[in-house]
Amino acid sequence: MAKKITAPLSPETVKDLRAGDSVLLSGTIYTGRDLAHKRLTDSIKAGEKLPFDLAGAVIYYVGPAPAKPGQVIGSAGPTTSYRMDTYSPLLMEKGMRGMIGKGNRAQSVLDAMKKYGAVYFAAVGGAGALIARTIKAARVIAYDDLGPEAVRELKVEDFPAIVINDMYGGDLYKDGVAKYKKE
Amino acid sequence: MREIKFDTIRDKVSKLCIDANCLLGDDVVKAFKDGLAVEESPAGKDILNQLLDNEQIARKEMMPICQDTGWAVVWVRMGSGVRVQGGELYDAIQQGVAKGYKEGYLRKSIVEDPLRRKNTGTNTPAIIYTDIVPGDGLEITVQPKGGGSENMSEVKMLSAADGADGIAKFVLDRVWRSQANPCPPIIVGIGIGGTFEKCAMLAKHSLLREIGSVHPDPFYANMEKELLERINRLGIGPQGLGGRVTALAVFIEAFPCHIATMPCAVNINCHAARHKSVNF
Repeated sequence: MAKKITAPLSPETVKDLRAGDSVLLSGTIYTGRDLAHKRLTDSIKAGEKLPFDLAGAVIYYVGPAPAKPGQVIGSAGPTTSYRMDTYSPLLMEKGMRGMIGKGNRAQSVLDAMKKYGAVYFAAVGGAGALIARTIKAARVIAYDDLGPEAVRELKVEDFPAIVINDMYGGDLYKDGVAKYKKE
Repeated sequence: MREIKFDTIRDKVSKLCIDANCLLGDDVVKAFKDGLAVEESPAGKDILNQLLDNEQIARKEMMPICQDTGWAVVWVRMGSGVRVQGGELYDAIQQGVAKGYKEGYLRKSIVEDPLRRKNTGTNTPAIIYTDIVPGDGLEITVQPKGGGSENMSEVKMLSAADGADGIAKFVLDRVWRSQANPCPPIIVGIGIGGTFEKCAMLAKHSLLREIGSVHPDPFYANMEKELLERINRLGIGPQGLGGRVTALAVFIEAFPCHIATMPCAVNINCHAARHKSVNF
């Protein structure tokens, strides 16, 4: 049974989540991938105002396909997360509490999740058409010049995800694969 | 000399880009269904069902299966008795790719320089490989290739002494290190032989094969079967959550080799194994 949660994430929500939990996420999340992460980090280091409030924020690693006329957004599945590993600990230090992507994270990211209390979710990679149905509104709020890599504010309803890493060191990828490994 | 119109080629390439991205091949859909029958992990089964739902939505709404609509890799087999009327072949292909990615609302994923990273806005240039063959036919295949699985690919210069065991060790290690990153269940394309760059092209080309097809050479057919079984014992499973169905297929293309070398390339494809062809 999936847990229904709301973004931005409260500290209580993060504390309640465990690796392996299925969740249905509603509320406001932000998109960001490689170049957006670099710009956000540069802005933090320069002491500039960020395009959105990081407190409790969930960042979804996605570069959506363009919306057709009448659509909110095109296909919008997750991209691989490790490319954001360099940037994630600083964003957590500044308040980010959730990340959605796919694939394993660096130890430095897992350590920061424990330190600041954050959670890493996976969405189903390559199910972009299915996931797009849970996105009810989308608008570019920063870095429009980056095209698919621009930062978008998304309003989501029952966005399906699964907790891979929780703030206690739980790791679904490690446990799941160990259960079925024979070679 | 047979003539084919520039505009016809451009428009067919445009349609191939859209169809390849929105209409998953029957062989892949069948492989998902076959996977459901053997997958033991509940999470793995759930993922395979979601991929089947996703395929249906994409087909019905003509929206891309995956937001990463890929590099447009284009394979051309052109008869020596054919010429393009009204322009150059490569211009027709590049214009067709730009048109398809615009009109199909496909994502533009190409940056004009690897370090300065400004998006070209058209998803061009396409990567074009051409074979000149006898006759007056023209076959064009568009193979949109996603970045996440491409990142998990690798070339290794092995030695003759490493043999088939060395190949297997390299392939299994490459898949194991990839885990969830390339969106399993994956298709593993392997090139063996040729030069450094030739074996990489063999690996990419092998990904065009139909899932379920058997290699014509029994030696390699057996090697593909064994590698697939061993990969599926790694336990990575759909989306890396643990399970039996890590790969849907292993494809090998071999080529003559220099006496001093045995290059091997592994090109990984995500489950969105997309390609469409047209014959003129």
